[in-house]
Amino acid sequence: MSPSLITVSYLGAAALFILALGGLSNNETARRGNLFGIIGMAIAVAVTFAAFVTRHFELLIALMIAGGVIGFILSRRVQMTQMPELVAILHSLVGLAAVLIGFANFLDPTIVFSGTEKTIHDIEVYVGIAIGALTFTGSVIAYGKLSGVIGGQPMLLPARHWLNLAMFIAVIVIAVKFVGATDHDQATMLLLAMTVIALLFGIHMVAAIGGADMPVVISMLNSYSGWAAAATGFMLSNDLLIVTGALVGSSGAILSYIMCRAMNRHFISVIAGGFGTAGGSASAGTTYEGEVQTIDIPTMAQLLNTAREVMVVPGYGMATAQAQHAIADITRTLIKKGVNVRFGIHPVAGRMPGHMNVLLAEAKVPYDIVFEMDEINDDFPNIDVTIVVGANDTVNPLAQEDADSPIAGMPVLEVWKGHTTVVLKRGMAAGYAGVDNPLFVKENTRMLFGDARDSLEALAQAL
Amino acid sequence: MIIGIPAEIHPGEKRVAASPEVVKKLVDAGFDVVVEPGAGTAASFNDDVFLEAGATIAKDTAQTWSADLVIKVRPPEHNPKLGRHEIELMSEGACLISFLWPAQNQELLQKLAGGKLTALAMDSIPRISRAQKLDALSSMANIGGYRAVIEASNLFGRFFAGQITAAGKVDPAKVLVIGAGVAGLAAIGTARSLGAIVRAFDTRPEVKDQIQSMDAEFLELEFEEDGTGEGGYAKVMSEEFIEAEMALFARQAYEVDIIITTALIPGKPAPKLITNGMVKTMRRGSVIVDLAAEQGGNCEATEPGKVVESQGVYIVGYTDLPSRLAPQASQLYATNIYNLIMEMNPENDGNIVIDMEDDVIRGATVVNSGEITWPPPTIAVGAERKPSFGGQQIEVKDDAKRASAAAKGSSEIARFVKSAWFPVILAGLALFGLGQVAPPSFMAHFTVFVLSCFIGYMVIWNVSPSLHTPLMSVTNAISSIIVLGALTQISSTSTLIFILAGIAAFITCINIVGGFSVTQRMLQMFRG
Repeated sequence: MSPSLITVSYLGAAALFILALGGLSNNETARRGNLFGIIGMAIAVAVTFAAFVTRHFELLIALMIAGGVIGFILSRRVQMTQMPELVAILHSLVGLAAVLIGFANFLDPTIVFSGTEKTIHDIEVYVGIAIGALTFTGSVIAYGKLSGVIGGQPMLLPARHWLNLAMFIAVIVIAVKFVGATDHDQATMLLLAMTVIALLFGIHMVAAIGGADMPVVISMLNSYSGWAAAATGFMLSNDLLIVTGALVGSSGAILSYIMCRAMNRHFISVIAGGFGTAGGSASAGTTYEGEVQTIDIPTMAQLLNTAREVMVVPGYGMATAQAQHAIADITRTLIKKGVNVRFGIHPVAGRMPGHMNVLLAEAKVPYDIVFEMDEINDDFPNIDVTIVVGANDTVNPLAQEDADSPIAGMPVLEVWKGHTTVVLKRGMAAGYAGVDNPLFVKENTRMLFGDARDSLEALAQAL
Repeated sequence: MIIGIPAEIHPGEKRVAASPEVVKKLVDAGFDVVVEPGAGTAASFNDDVFLEAGATIAKDTAQTWSADLVIKVRPPEHNPKLGRHEIELMSEGACLISFLWPAQNQELLQKLAGGKLTALAMDSIPRISRAQKLDALSSMANIGGYRAVIEASNLFGRFFAGQITAAGKVDPAKVLVIGAGVAGLAAIGTARSLGAIVRAFDTRPEVKDQIQSMDAEFLELEFEEDGTGEGGYAKVMSEEFIEAEMALFARQAYEVDIIITTALIPGKPAPKLITNGMVKTMRRGSVIVDLAAEQGGNCEATEPGKVVESQGVYIVGYTDLPSRLAPQASQLYATNIYNLIMEMNPENDGNIVIDMEDDVIRGATVVNSGEITWPPPTIAVGAERKPSFGGQQIEVKDDAKRASAAAKGSSEIARFVKSAWFPVILAGLALFGLGQVAPPSFMAHFTVFVLSCFIGYMVIWNVSPSLHTPLMSVTNAISSIIVLGALTQISSTSTLIFILAGIAAFITCINIVGGFSVTQRMLQMFRG
């Protein structure tokens, strides 16, 4: 296959990938976008296969088919509530692949450079492996936290910032030595040493981040997997890898930025970890005076039956309780009765960007009644009943009222401005941010304790 | 601690300060409750239901009044039957909770102080968010507003709602509500639910949203003046404003069927808003309900406590509207009182503590152990910014001030570093440095890389937030393009490289198929 033909195929694939991402801008074109992605990938793989693979055909095809089958089964079996876990573990695979390919490239005796080109190539290998390694372990830890294998609380080592700094400096120092190394074995050892440090860095970085920051972490790892692919592209002088890596990298970076903005936090402070434990402890420990007023299912059913405007505010609790189908049932019943039901979604609700939208789509809630926070936040004064399902920090009035609170300044859904707010919750525990929520003791708030799914199913019956 | 609930002796007063539910809650909270015989009869609570709720029935009036804490509705007054003032019946050091109107009842305060008593006025509870559940004025105003519409409909000879019947078309009634406080809003809601067309006027522009949220029309003057006074009440307006306002009312009087006035200014007689001339222009059979009758009335023709007819227009001046809904009013009032008692019962041991540090208790306490503590120091509150958690508003302001001062003090260099130019210049320098050393082949790739970043940046901003999860899974799938690296390496003669590349190809294929397939599955649902 001629080099120009390969280049043209790669160009086509790159264009298809851009169209794939562009297609996701709305629901109508999204599926076509995904199809573009598949076609682009198929072209790229087929052309590369035809052009470069000269040996080990059978084994390679067997491996690829085996991988494909596993991927397919995984994707069909996964529950929609487990999407964040799946995405995290898939990110780790990209990271691991970047490490393996980086080493394979480094160990390949046929690749010879000299002078500045060698230096640049060494740096490319080094950077590719470093990002790949940290994406790999970071994603594995994120997976562990999301699936509950590891606790969601941030792991805070003493002097963790210094530890991070030390690891970072070590990586730089080794880089300088690695580039200067003349002996291949010595260089290999240095590369391995750096890989170990990068792996540990990935573990430490994600372990220190709390559960509520997971949307940022997932987008960030998404971004890293893109940069890893781009770095590998530089290493292999492959423009398609560079283009795709850059697309994915900037996509993840933008998502991270959107998530950070939704929490009014700086990217650095999220990465530094330990949310909810540092600073603002004076007010974090305060409990708010006032009585918790509970409500029972029949009263709530009555409340909903007389309401005209209902707003549902879901959070991660809806995902853990798998309550999306019950809430969709209630929504359908109420809509039939002429009640205007809408959903208000906070950008960081759940554990990954868009998590709530996926769950609601799964439960067949029409997406034209699902709104973003900015679209509906001004409507709360007109809402008769707001149902908060498993959301906590994203509806906490302290973000606006208490300048010392750890969540101060974070945009929140102003549910307390509605006439009545019913909060479904297991108990009075604080949210992930570790902040008490005065919403629960507000005059117009009623608490419905218990498992969200059980409560909502009972409510659907009562309606 | 014993709580006494005396019967109200004010003529025509049917309410009582406790309901059976509240008595039960008080008993559960460790209080002993004593009820005067027949105290709740007029509010449809007979002695048996109080007994059932755990109260004891006193043998006479005097025994009820000798309790440690007496709760009632009306301020204490001279009891003609016993020939003594009710305050004289209280024991030294006891506590009284009721409406007291301290501004108008200085003499009563003296009397309470003389008896070494403590008194909390339900009408002096500060109007802050936290105290809403104690706010008996709002509870009573709510009932008054409702009842005002009911009284009006009783006298008004037509339907409220418009109808088209076989016997002809009926126009809906037009209702004007002046003053959109709690009573005004309750009147708006009631009139709306009966089907009338409702218009409302208020000098405070901030209530416009509330009025519109109740489906009523907010009448506006083409005149800029904010009538918001302290504590969410209205204040006295300028002469020009009043003139414009009166012109508006005159026009409306000509049009509407029912006027409900609720305009009050604290500590002043009610403003006269509906003149005799306006009454004259109203249609015969129209009704005016004057909720300000007790303070002199908003209508010139109002006679407090009575219904009068003037030029065929009924003017209702009842001053006891809440009492006309005695069971409802008693129930709400009792709950307000219960909430106040529970605020003063922090240990939950059936004893009350007067905590003068607490804004709410401080505001309500007008006499503390024989010492007059009225008026309390002011806490300024507008409806826009209610410091729900004691004074934080002020702290926030201070912080902002400090922050801006700090920003001013920072050096020029720091400001430059923060400006948008700094990163641009830094990036320019870095690119220049790179251009000095990097070989042309690298620069070609680098160009592609930077341009792709920009494309990614442009494309991703357009992605709908609801599709963020599919976006992540699809970007994850396409980042597996890294498989190309494995494919170019797999044919190596080195076994080690073959193994590394083989594993890489295997795991990236999991990712490719898994990523695209799960995206497809999700997008299928979004189709719904």
